[in-house]
Amino acid sequence: MSRPSKEMLTEFYTMMVRIRKVEEMLMEVFSRGEIPGFLHVSIGQEAAPTAVCAHLNANDCISTTHRGHGWAVAKGIEIRRAMAELFGKREGFCLGRSGSMHLADAGIGIMGANGIVGGGIPIAAGAAFAAQYKKTDHVAVATFGEGATGEGAFHEAMNFAAIRRLPMVFVCENNGWAEFSPKSVHMPVESVTSRALAYDIPAVSVSNKVVEIYEAAGEAVRRARKGEGPSLLEIRCDRWYGHYVGDAQKYRGKERVEEAMAKDCIADFEAELIKGKVIRRKDLDRIQAEVGAEVEDAVNFARQCTYPDVSEMLEGLYV
Amino acid sequence: MKETRYIFAIKEAMEEEMDRDENVFLIGEDVGLAGGSFGASKGLYEKFGPERVVDTPISELGFTSLAAGAASCGLRPIVEIMFMDFVTCAMDSIVNQIAKMRYMFGNQYTVPVVVRMPEGGGLNAGPQHSQCLEAWFAHVPGLKVVMAATPHDVKGLLKASIRDDNPVIFIENKTLHAMKGMAADAEDDVVLPLGKADVKLQGSDVTIVTASRMVHESLKAAKILEQEGISAEVVDLMTIQPWDRQTVFESVAKTHRLVVAHEAVKQFGFGAEIAAAAAEEIMDELDAPIMRVGAPFAPASYSLEKYYVPSADNVVSAVKSTLERTL
Ligand SMILES: Cc1ncc(C[n+]2csc(CCOP(=O)(O)OP(=O)(O)O)c2C)c(N)n1
Ligand SMILES: [Mg+2]
Repeated sequence: MSRPSKEMLTEFYTMMVRIRKVEEMLMEVFSRGEIPGFLHVSIGQEAAPTAVCAHLNANDCISTTHRGHGWAVAKGIEIRRAMAELFGKREGFCLGRSGSMHLADAGIGIMGANGIVGGGIPIAAGAAFAAQYKKTDHVAVATFGEGATGEGAFHEAMNFAAIRRLPMVFVCENNGWAEFSPKSVHMPVESVTSRALAYDIPAVSVSNKVVEIYEAAGEAVRRARKGEGPSLLEIRCDRWYGHYVGDAQKYRGKERVEEAMAKDCIADFEAELIKGKVIRRKDLDRIQAEVGAEVEDAVNFARQCTYPDVSEMLEGLYV
Repeated sequence: MKETRYIFAIKEAMEEEMDRDENVFLIGEDVGLAGGSFGASKGLYEKFGPERVVDTPISELGFTSLAAGAASCGLRPIVEIMFMDFVTCAMDSIVNQIAKMRYMFGNQYTVPVVVRMPEGGGLNAGPQHSQCLEAWFAHVPGLKVVMAATPHDVKGLLKASIRDDNPVIFIENKTLHAMKGMAADAEDDVVLPLGKADVKLQGSDVTIVTASRMVHESLKAAKILEQEGISAEVVDLMTIQPWDRQTVFESVAKTHRLVVAHEAVKQFGFGAEIAAAAAEEIMDELDAPIMRVGAPFAPASYSLEKYYVPSADNVVSAVKSTLERTL
C-alpha cells in the first residue's frame, strides 16, 4: 500500500475536523436541551472512521454503534439531514425516529448505529454475505468497541465470517472503557487481536494515527474485496469524555481523563502536516473555518425542520 | 419507616438480604465498582467485596445462565440487566433454561434467581431503550413476574423475590428510580407477599387494574375523575404472574366496570389476560365492556415519546368510555 498523497492527507485532516466539530456542536446543543435522549460522542477517536472509510465507497456497508457519529460522517452522510435526525425531525434520515443511537443512511450503506452492544456486528456479516452471494466486490465493515467483544454476537459473527470467508472487516475501537468500567473487567487479553486468533482471522492492532490506520485498513479491505476473507483491525484509542454526555466520570478520576485528553489524534496529525510541510498553517485555518460554517449551517437547518406528527407514528411499520 | 427514594430502596433490599444470607450475591454490568448504571448498588461493592458484587463483561446470556447454574448449586443470585431491552440477549437463559430447569428435571433443582431490570420510556431513549416486555415473561410457565410502583413496595417485593425459591423477573421503571417515598427500616424487615395485589385507592364506580408507573398515572386519573363525580378504585397488581384474581374480581364485583392500564404496547399486553379472565369468570358482574390502556402498536418513539407513552389522560378516556357504555 502506497503512502497517501498530499491531497488525501488534507482530506483526512478535513474529515477528522468535520467529525470533531459535528460532535462538539452536538454536545453544545444537547446541553442546551435542543436534542433529547442519550448522546455518546467519539471525540478523540476521529482517526479510525476517517482512515477506514477512505477505502470504502457507497456500495460498501458499515454497521456502527451508540458511539457512531464519526463513522456516519466519514462514510459520507449528509450532515444537514443527520443533524435533523438527531433533533428528532421528520427531515432526518430516519424520519426523526432514531436520534443519535440508530442513525442510518441506507443510500450509502450506513446500516445503522445500534443501541444493543454487539448488535450490529452480525448484521455487517449479513451484508458481507449478501455481497458474496450476489458476487459483487462490495465489502462490509462492522465497527464496535472492545466491550462488545464480550457478547456472543461478536464471536458468532467472527466464526461464521471465517468459515465462509466473508468479505468483511471487523474494526474494534479499543478505547479502554465500556461504560463505567475499565477494560480489565471485560477482557482477560490485552488486545482484541488475540480473540481473532481463535477464528484464524488475520488481525492487527494499530495506534490512533490516521495514516497508520489507513494503511492497515487498506490491506484488510483489499483482502475482503479480493475474496480472501475477513480481517480484524484494532485501533488503540482513548475515550476523552464520559460514556454519555453528562456522565461525571467519578469512576475514572481526573488524572486519567486528562491523560486521555492529552492524546489528540487531530492535533498530532496537524503538527505532522505542518512539520512535513504538507500544508500551511493558514490552509488549516481555512479548513477549520469552512467546516465550522458547514456544521453551523447543518444545525440551523435542523432547527428549522419540523417534528413528525402523531398521525405518523404507525406509518411504515409493515411494508 | 423513613423517607427514601425508589432506587435507594432497591439498594436497601439487596443489602439487607445480603446481610441476612451469605448465599445472596449480585451480578451484572457495572454493578460493582461503578455502583450500578442507575446507582442501585452504590456502596455494595465496598461493603461486600468483588466476590459478592460481581462486575461482568457485556455478556447478558452468559451471566444470566451462569446465575442459573450457581442457583442450582445453592446460591441465590440477583442479576441486574441494565435496561429491560437488553434482556432480549438473555432470552434463552431465562425462557429455555431458568424457567424450565425445575420442572423439566423432575423437580430436582430449584433455581432461585432474581433478574432485575428497569423498563419503560420517559428518557426519549428510543426504540431499543424504552420497552416494556413484562408480558413476554408472564407468558412463560415457571417464572414469576413482579412490578413495583413505590419505594415501599419495591423494597418489600424485592426482599420477597430474593427469598422466593422460584425464578423471579423483577421489573423496575426508570422514571420511578428518583421517586421519593416512605420505606420500611431494616429492623422491621417488611417482606411483601408475591401474588398479592394492593388496592391503592378505594372507589365505587370503576376498577382500574394497573402496575408500576401506570399506578401513579391511574391515581392522577382518579383525581381528575373525582372532580367529575366519578369514583375510581385503583388496584396495583404488584405481581403480574401469578396475579391476584381474588382482589381484582372482588373489586369488579363492587364497581362493575373494569379498565386495565399498562405502559406496554396494548396488544397482547398483560391487560389482555386480565380482561379475558374477567370475561371468562365474572362476566355477570360487568355492566360495560372492559377497556384497556397501553402504548400504540409501534416501537417506542424517539421524537414522539410524549404521545407514545400512556398517561393519566388515556386512563381518564378509557374510564369515561366504559362509563358511557353498557352491556
Ligand atoms: C446488549 C447491551 N448490553 C448493555 C448495553 C449498555 N451499554 C451501552 S454502551 C456499553 C459499553 C460499550 O463499550 P464498548 O463496546 O467498549 O464501546 P464504547 O462505549 O467504549 O465505544 C454498554 C454496556 C447495551 N446498550 N446493550
Ligand atoms: Mg470501549
